[in-house]
Amino acid sequence: MTKKKSKILPRRSMPMQDPAARVGNFNEVANGYSLELAQEEARRCLQCKTPTCQDGCPVEVDCKRFIRELAEGQVEQAFRTIKETNSLPAVCGRVCPQENQCEGRCKLRPTGQPVAIGRLERYVADAFYAGTACEATVGREDCPMIREDLRVAAIGSGPASLTLAGYLAAQGVKVEVFEALHLPGGVLSYGIPEFRLPKSIVRTEVETLKEQGVEFHMNWVGGKTMTVGDLFDQGFKAVFLGLGAGLPRFMKLPGENLIGVFSANEYLTRVNLMGGYRFPDYDTPVFPGRKVTVIGGGNVAMDAARTALRLGAEEVRIVYRRTQEEMPARLEELEHALEEGVQLEILACPVAFQGDEGGRLTSMRVQKMCLGEPDESGRCRPMPVEDEAYDLETDLAIIAVGSGPNQILLNATPNLGLNSRGYIEVDQETLETNMPMVFAGGDIVTGAATVVEAMGAGRQAGKEISRRLLKQG
Amino acid sequence: MAVPILHKRKLIPGRVSELVLEAPQIAAKAEPGNFIILRLADDGERIPLTIADTDAAKGTITLVYLVVGKSTAHLETFEAGDTILDVCGPLGRPTHIEPVGTVLCVGGGTGIAAMHHIAKGHQLAGNHVVSVIGARSEDLLLFEKELTAISAEVLVATDDGSRGHKGLVTEVLEQRIQQGIEAGESIGEIVAVGPVPMMRAVAELTRPYGIKTTVSLNSIMVDGIGMCGSCRVTVGDAVRFACVDGPEFDAHQVDFEEMMRRQCTFSEQEKLSYDHFCRKCHHD
Ligand SMILES: Cc1cc2nc3c(=O)[nH]c(=O)nc-3n(C[C@H](O)[C@H](O)[C@H](O)COP(=O)(O)OP(=O)(O)OC[C@H]3O[C@@H](n4cnc5c(N)ncnc54)[C@H](O)[C@@H]3O)c2cc1C
Ligand SMILES: Cc1cc2nc3c(=O)[nH]c(=O)nc-3n(C[C@H](O)[C@H](O)[C@H](O)COP(=O)(O)OP(=O)(O)OC[C@H]3O[C@@H](n4cnc5c(N)ncnc54)[C@H](O)[C@@H]3O)c2cc1C
Ligand code: SF4
Ligand code: SF4
Ligand code: FES
Repeated sequence: MTKKKSKILPRRSMPMQDPAARVGNFNEVANGYSLELAQEEARRCLQCKTPTCQDGCPVEVDCKRFIRELAEGQVEQAFRTIKETNSLPAVCGRVCPQENQCEGRCKLRPTGQPVAIGRLERYVADAFYAGTACEATVGREDCPMIREDLRVAAIGSGPASLTLAGYLAAQGVKVEVFEALHLPGGVLSYGIPEFRLPKSIVRTEVETLKEQGVEFHMNWVGGKTMTVGDLFDQGFKAVFLGLGAGLPRFMKLPGENLIGVFSANEYLTRVNLMGGYRFPDYDTPVFPGRKVTVIGGGNVAMDAARTALRLGAEEVRIVYRRTQEEMPARLEELEHALEEGVQLEILACPVAFQGDEGGRLTSMRVQKMCLGEPDESGRCRPMPVEDEAYDLETDLAIIAVGSGPNQILLNATPNLGLNSRGYIEVDQETLETNMPMVFAGGDIVTGAATVVEAMGAGRQAGKEISRRLLKQG
Repeated sequence: MAVPILHKRKLIPGRVSELVLEAPQIAAKAEPGNFIILRLADDGERIPLTIADTDAAKGTITLVYLVVGKSTAHLETFEAGDTILDVCGPLGRPTHIEPVGTVLCVGGGTGIAAMHHIAKGHQLAGNHVVSVIGARSEDLLLFEKELTAISAEVLVATDDGSRGHKGLVTEVLEQRIQQGIEAGESIGEIVAVGPVPMMRAVAELTRPYGIKTTVSLNSIMVDGIGMCGSCRVTVGDAVRFACVDGPEFDAHQVDFEEMMRRQCTFSEQEKLSYDHFCRKCHHD
């Protein structure tokens, strides 16, 4: 491996579907590296003495080591290395906001061309075919026999619970996952669209966990079908709450209940979970929009906007209070959205929705904003520009301005300690809640965050639970 | 886990049927006012149906549905012995039931079946249950026998006068309220379940009397667990999610106008879906 700093080759770009073609389909946008491209990219890594990339990863993937192994052609070894700490690399490689995490801390970052760690991780995950379920989950060939007497329940089936299940199964602890919806995966199934994360990847991960002895119960609503107490009565030794932050926030604006105003969660659920993009072959309808406005600047807004384009909208605008620089979306998603023709209406804040006599949305009243002093988050505070408001014509408005904790289980479990924002309070070390042997992690603790942070929490809780259960014997 | 259908009874052939499902987990927890969400096939949609009755000992729940579009038409092709792919529940807040004296339970159309479970709850709580039910004609009246078994009184109205009072249920309801007031009876609550225009008419009727009135709202739902906001309704000054905050609300606070409009959100697509289904049936 050469380490001549003067001759750093440019970051290898990833083959993509052409923007003009991809707005007409729901196939994955990024096609992934070939072995050749992956190795070229891997060879760009400096193999730093004190690598900082790993510090940027919430689950501490040993990036330096797996990249070296890949560069040397040892894909299998690279896979094992990643799997030591990350159970869902095919997912993370695709959806992590790498620019703020691993790649954000890469020594090559200042050149503007950090090593494409995420893409390499994705390559390894896609390329390696694991022989056993244990190998696929934790990168080891054999896992201990599952002990049926040590049963752990995970409520919710998002990345936090899936990671916990994989970790515990590898320790020989029996996990049963309980999910309210009819498909497992949490946001990976109902939120993130097919063109960004093919559902077959989520299905494969779940199938692997099943082979590992993890049981899945769908259509099971914690707090309704059963309570946390019922689970302990049935013999579960610990309960993990991976409920997510799926409560859609509305803006409390006039006209918000007009026909044509949707939460991003509803819009995306209809399309992704329910397969609405295949209507009428699939039964669930999706509201057709000609001139679509999406409110917000995060991943959820990008996903909604790009979905609307694919469903045939003539015009899609993202309306955001600040400017493009402040948008919290993953960089790649924003770039892809712009390539595909999504327009940005920045420094604009909706103040009302207006409709016709039938109650159908026709336009949105927008307040012009400017940026003021930075607020607590360090981002400039948007402020209204006096007397500057205007109407945007729109027949479909999608609200993507954030979310809150999923309520059902919290309402049914009044003893569970919550913080001032309404999320579950946990011990930072153990992730135990105020209820003994009840643990929580992921978005239901932190508020809307990232897939890999939820996974980190699942792993952390898994470690603590196995430590306690296996010590007890 | 797929849920088996134990019995099917055609209440009004081709239009309304009753299904008894083997769903012990749901039956053990279901209370009056709860509903389930079901899905019939991998390409199917999630539709909410009220739990019209439960038998916790036998582990069964009863559903009654009216065929109105694609999914209910598909459900109508299911028979005893078949299984339903997904049944999720019990969902929604249960009816708030306490001893209050006389409770008038008003039901219209398939709402009669849903109302039955609520009436049964009030009867068990020791309330004097008066069931007031209406339909277009006698052959479209549902659950009359079941209601007779649990109600102190059953009052009937049909549009064509083929049974009971000729006219609207609200007319019978008004007479009964008047009669109660004259006799000094304490009417603790009025519950109405049925088509939205009926529930709205009941709300308007009872408003001047100041009697607590509860309606069960059937807004369009997707997940049924509070994650989408499709089911939102305006109640007083607040926007509430019918699936988790309801489906029952104070009738005098509900914005029925908005709710009726929102129910038509997908009317074009629903027609398309139904036609698509019919074409498929003819090909098969
Ligand atoms: C549209 C969208 C795009 C996103 N894009 C990205 C991205 O590109 N990169 C990234 O890192 N992050 C992204 N995120 C954020 C990321 O998906 C979440 O941070 C992550 O999924 C949280 O995982 P979780 O396991 O905590 O919960 P979730 O994934 O939210 O899963 C929670 C599950 O619990 C279930 N549940 C809730 N209550 C109950 C109950 N009472 N009983 C049974 N089950 C219940 C829910 O149905 C759900 O399936 C995105 C989020 C959205 C909505
Ligand atoms: C809490 C609740 C309880 C209900 N209980 C019953 C019941 O016990 N018996 C019964 O016959 N019906 C009940 N309904 C209504 C039932 O869900 C709809 O009739 C059914 O979804 C129609 O589906 P479809 O495909 O056959 O008709 P479609 O052609 O899709 O729709 C016909 C009409 O039904 C309504 N509708 C459509 N999709 C939904 C949906 N996903 N959720 C709610 N409403 C929808 C719309 O107003 C629409 O105009 C209930 C609805 C709710 C919200
Ligand atoms: S898991 Fe995510 S943050 Fe960690 S190395 Fe992989 S892509 Fe980077
Ligand atoms: S910091 Fe960047 S260059 Fe250094 S080891 Fe990590 S990936 Fe390689
Ligand atoms: S149906 Fe989705 S929030 Fe009520």
